[in-house]
Amino acid sequence: MSDIVIKVDNLSKQYRLGTVGTGTLSHDLNRWWHLIRGKEDPYLKIGEANDRTIKGESDYVWALQNINFEVKRGDVLGIIGKNGAGKSTLLKILSRTTSPTTGTVKAKGKVASLLEVGTGFHPELSGRENIFLNGAILGMTKTEVSAKIDEIIDFSGVERYIDTPVKRYSSGMYVRLAFAVAAHLEPDILIVDEVLAVGDIEFQKKCIGKLQNVSKEEGRTILFVSHNIAALANLCTRGIVLQNGSTVYNGLITDAISKYQGTINNRVEQDLELETARSGNGKALITACYLENNKQEHVEEVLCGEDIYVCITLKTKAKPISKVDIGFAIHDEYSDCISVYFTSYNNQYFEYKHEGYFTTKFKIPKLPLTEGVYNIRGRIEAQQELIDWPENFIASFRVLPGDFYNSGYLNLHRGSKFYIKPEVI
Amino acid sequence: MKEREEDWTLVIKPSSGLFDLQLKEVWHYRDLLFLFVKRDFIAAYKQTILGPLWHFIQPIFTTIIFLMVFGKIANIPTDGIQPVLFYMSGITIWNYFASCLTATSNTFVANAGIFGKVYFPRLVMPLSIVISNMVKFLIQFALLVAVIIYFAVNGEAIHFGLSWLIIPLLVIWMALIGLGLGIIISSLTTKYRDFTVLVGFAVQLMMYATPIAYPLSFLKSQSYQWLIVWNPLTPIVEAFRYSLFGNGTFTTSSLFYSLGLTALVLLIGALLFNKVQRTFMDTV
Repeated sequence: MSDIVIKVDNLSKQYRLGTVGTGTLSHDLNRWWHLIRGKEDPYLKIGEANDRTIKGESDYVWALQNINFEVKRGDVLGIIGKNGAGKSTLLKILSRTTSPTTGTVKAKGKVASLLEVGTGFHPELSGRENIFLNGAILGMTKTEVSAKIDEIIDFSGVERYIDTPVKRYSSGMYVRLAFAVAAHLEPDILIVDEVLAVGDIEFQKKCIGKLQNVSKEEGRTILFVSHNIAALANLCTRGIVLQNGSTVYNGLITDAISKYQGTINNRVEQDLELETARSGNGKALITACYLENNKQEHVEEVLCGEDIYVCITLKTKAKPISKVDIGFAIHDEYSDCISVYFTSYNNQYFEYKHEGYFTTKFKIPKLPLTEGVYNIRGRIEAQQELIDWPENFIASFRVLPGDFYNSGYLNLHRGSKFYIKPEVI
Repeated sequence: MKEREEDWTLVIKPSSGLFDLQLKEVWHYRDLLFLFVKRDFIAAYKQTILGPLWHFIQPIFTTIIFLMVFGKIANIPTDGIQPVLFYMSGITIWNYFASCLTATSNTFVANAGIFGKVYFPRLVMPLSIVISNMVKFLIQFALLVAVIIYFAVNGEAIHFGLSWLIIPLLVIWMALIGLGLGIIISSLTTKYRDFTVLVGFAVQLMMYATPIAYPLSFLKSQSYQWLIVWNPLTPIVEAFRYSLFGNGTFTTSSLFYSLGLTALVLLIGALLFNKVQRTFMDTV
């Protein structure tokens, strides 16, 4: 018996956009007419890649297109992608709530999905009754649930409320109970979709721990969809990245995450001046942003502990503007903002009287950031008025480990986000 | 690496066989079926004082109305059966059919939320509805039996014999035809909701085309009698009354006709349901 437990073969799913009405009826009749003459569905030939941001030519889109991958026993596969990339559609097909348009999925063993916890909970029933109901919906028999009921109640930590109708529960208790049931399912393949968003830190940790346990010690396979990069990195062994319905990467989770970040940190590569995704009154525009080192060379990789210069170029118009406040923010690789600086914090303002390009350089002495990829966003204000604010990152750079302390030692501790240099007194 | 097809325990394909109903899987989920029934029952009476007794209200009041309208005002005979029993028996079996039909016809739309999140054999849902309504029917039937006993004690001649044994069969039969029609409608209404508007009053009108408020024998030599005779529900209702009271108009051929139609309805229903359940989430 081979070790591959899921095999997805050329999987595609087509959706029709818009509403159901008489227009769809004519398409249905046409499709049916082709079908009875033994011809191919005419609407399968059309359809476009699913990019939600642009207006399309046809009403048909491919939510998934020619997806192929295999999952081995015991793998924890993270499925990563932007909103609308097709993650949930893929999971829906795998969990059999909808059928693919073309292609097949083959699996070995019992598949259970945890698409949204608490599905099928009835508010009037007590916690205990709901454990049985939910267990049955997820495919357990009554005897299986009975055997585990104590364990489930214990894991959920809502023992005191177990004979109270769940409509009296807090939302956190609700999720705890639901996850407890699902976690004790013991399927061969478990599908988990964004369920850890609720629940307190303690319970989230418990869930991740339980899932890790399920995969490592019990050898079960997990498919995990989340936007929580930390959870993905923690839990998964492999990852696939979906973009507009196609797989763009399939491999180790760490590479998948960096690939995904490559797709979300869509820094403007071309001329920032022509970029349209920006807000502000446009009295001045950010036209460039780059990093320089001590020798005034453009750099994209810097060492930590090095002096760096963030250079922001503004294009001004003939009309003079005064009290200009230039700001930039540094975001980490997960797009979380880690630091914001505006010149007004330092009581510095700029005045531009002529049309032209002006570059302001901000020196950051002894860069205290740890190793990783960072992105910069820029924002220009003047007298509480928004001048320019590009939506995307205007620059990105990589920080390499460097001798911050001038001591010959590197701080490679994984938990460190930035360096501090305390003095012993 | 050599792959053998039989290694795969689950294969998801764009379409499946026409009659691949996965009854085996439904059997595996039988606990769920009964938990749904239990849920419906418990949930319906939580925070009520009379609980299941509420099911008595409807047949009692409908019987009173029928007694006045059809018995007193229209003066329609009741086949020699005590009028109260005549109406109440008709109403009881009709209610069961009507509730099976209306509740199952809503299967996909009403359960889209849960169907969209987790997979279990979809057929479990309509089956559980039929069984939950069976519980309700049994409560109302108990009332009917109580009323029969009351009349028997008060000197009314009551037929009681082996024919009572076929009542369960008739009830299941009624359930199947309601289920069949219900799943056909539910399958047809996932994408185009037009029929949902119809169901409510179609069921009401159908009652008048079924001998509930009048006996079939009353229609002899009426020009529109064919309409009632060809109604597949007619022989079931008449047979139900016959087995209860020893009075009813049906023939073996009419029973077979009805049975054949029931099988056909179930077949079409199963076929449509099976086709629709795979993709209805995209169009519901």
